[in-house]
Formats: sequence, structure tokens, C-alpha cells
Amino acid sequence: MLALADYLIVSAILLCLSVAGIIMNRKNVIILLMCIELMLLAVNTNFIAFSRFNDDVSGQVFVFFILTVAAAEAAIGLAILVVLFRNKKSINVEDLNSMKG
Amino acid sequence: MFEQVLFYAFSGLVLFAAVMVITVKNPVHAALCLVLAFFSSSGLWLLLEAEFLAITLVLVYVGAVMVLFLFVVMMLDINIAELREGFASYVPVAVLVAVVMLALLSTIVGHVNFGVDSIQGVVPHASDYSNTKALGMSMYTDFIWPFEIASVILLVAIVAAITLTLRKSRQTKSANPSNQVAVESSDRVRLVKVPSEPQE
Repeated sequence: MLALADYLIVSAILLCLSVAGIIMNRKNVIILLMCIELMLLAVNTNFIAFSRFNDDVSGQVFVFFILTVAAAEAAIGLAILVVLFRNKKSINVEDLNSMKG
Repeated sequence: MFEQVLFYAFSGLVLFAAVMVITVKNPVHAALCLVLAFFSSSGLWLLLEAEFLAITLVLVYVGAVMVLFLFVVMMLDINIAELREGFASYVPVAVLVAVVMLALLSTIVGHVNFGVDSIQGVVPHASDYSNTKALGMSMYTDFIWPFEIASVILLVAIVAAITLTLRKSRQTKSANPSNQVAVESSDRVRLVKVPSEPQE
């Protein structure tokens, strides 16, 4: 018999792995975007597990909206990345210092 | 028992794929591992009886978003060696942060709070239960307003992505509508008085 905690722990490990990935690949914008996708996947798994174990379909509606927003985010993020590469000839985060932030 | 075997297989696959995504050198391999992660977590979602979302994950993420990622990764001519610089020096910090976060999270979501005893057993749905129908009933009644907003967000994403990447090329024969509307008859035709030739 699988408990809710099993699913929650799997997605917690997934979230921690993607945080570690953001720290390790802090120069490569593409991998950073992929790590964000992994985080959203962990959150979605949590939502679906809670929705199943509480027998309430609203959690799945939320996952649907998160998928929508994540697809929009990926499209815009990659468009920004393409424009960035066109202008700077690099996707290294350390080269993005023209705003002196 | 069979369910548990499937659960451990799919979760192992998800976590393996996630480790590969964050450690492989080549971004193309990372994207392909991410595809594996999405596939296996859609298996996990199937175990949770969220059939519609599982197939949506495969269609939308693997079919559209990851293909977009692969296109971008292959189009950009990036120097991997330069981007990998300092990778090894960040690993201890990353592992430390991940372990601490996991320890904190597992005290919250672990078996103490969400174990088998804490929530009454889930009953499998009847064989004529349609997850898609239930989701649709909820989405088009209780969540109709957020649904409309989601469609607007997608429209904004389309417009933003196109305007960001559109390049004015010299070949484009586009006209400025504002100039076209503001035109007057005097700009088009100029009447010139030409004296007629005197008859011989």
C-alpha cells in the first residue's frame, strides 16, 4: 500500500536535485531553464498526489494551469535566450553584466 | 504489490534522469534526459489515476516544450567547456544545500505526517470513472474564469515570443499602416497645368 508520503518524498528529492542543479550549472542558462522545469514537475507531482489522496479533482485543475504557465514561460525564456545569443554570442550568465546589477 | 514495483521503478527512473540532467556535459544529452524524466513521471501520474494530465504531460512537454529546447540547444553554437568552468568547485555547496533541504522537507512530508495511517486508504475509482470528464466538469464550471485567463496567458506568450525573435530582414515588403491611412488625395495625384500647343 503506497502512502501519500512516498509520492511527496519522491518529489521532494526531485526538487532538491533541481536546486542542486541550479547551483552547479550556474553559468549555463539552458540547464538553468531545464532545472526550473524539473522543479515545476516536482510541484505538479505533489499537487496530483494530494488531489488523489483527498479525492478532490481541483488539484488536477491547478496542475493544468501550472502546465499552461510553464509552457508559456519556456517559450518566452527560450526566445529571450535566442535574442541574447544573437546579441552577445554567448549564453554564459557571467557575461550578462551590462546592467551592472 | 504490482503497484509498488511500478512506483519504485518509475521514481527510480525519474530521479536517475534528474541526476543526469544536472550532471551531463552536453546540453543535448541533458534535454534528452529531461524527456526521460517527463516520461517516467507521467507513469507516476498514471499510478495516481490522473490519466488526462499524464497524457498532457507527454504531449505538451515531450512533444512541444522539449522539442523547442532541443531546437534552441542545437541552433546555438555554444562553447561547453567554458560553461562547465568551475563546475566541480560548486558541487560540494550544491550537495550540502540539497541534503539540508531534503532533511528539512522530509521531516515535514515524511511518513510521520503523511504515512499510511494518517490518511484513510484511497479507494480505486470504478472502471467507468472518467478522469477527463471529472476534470472537464470542474474546469468548465468552477474554474472557468482562471481557464479564460490561462488562454490569455498563452496568447501573450505567443505574441511575446514572436516579437522577441522576429528579425526585420531587408527582403520583407511591409507597409506602414499609419502612413497608409494618413495619405491624402494630394499625395497621390498632382495636377499640372500644361499649356496646349498652339495650332499651326
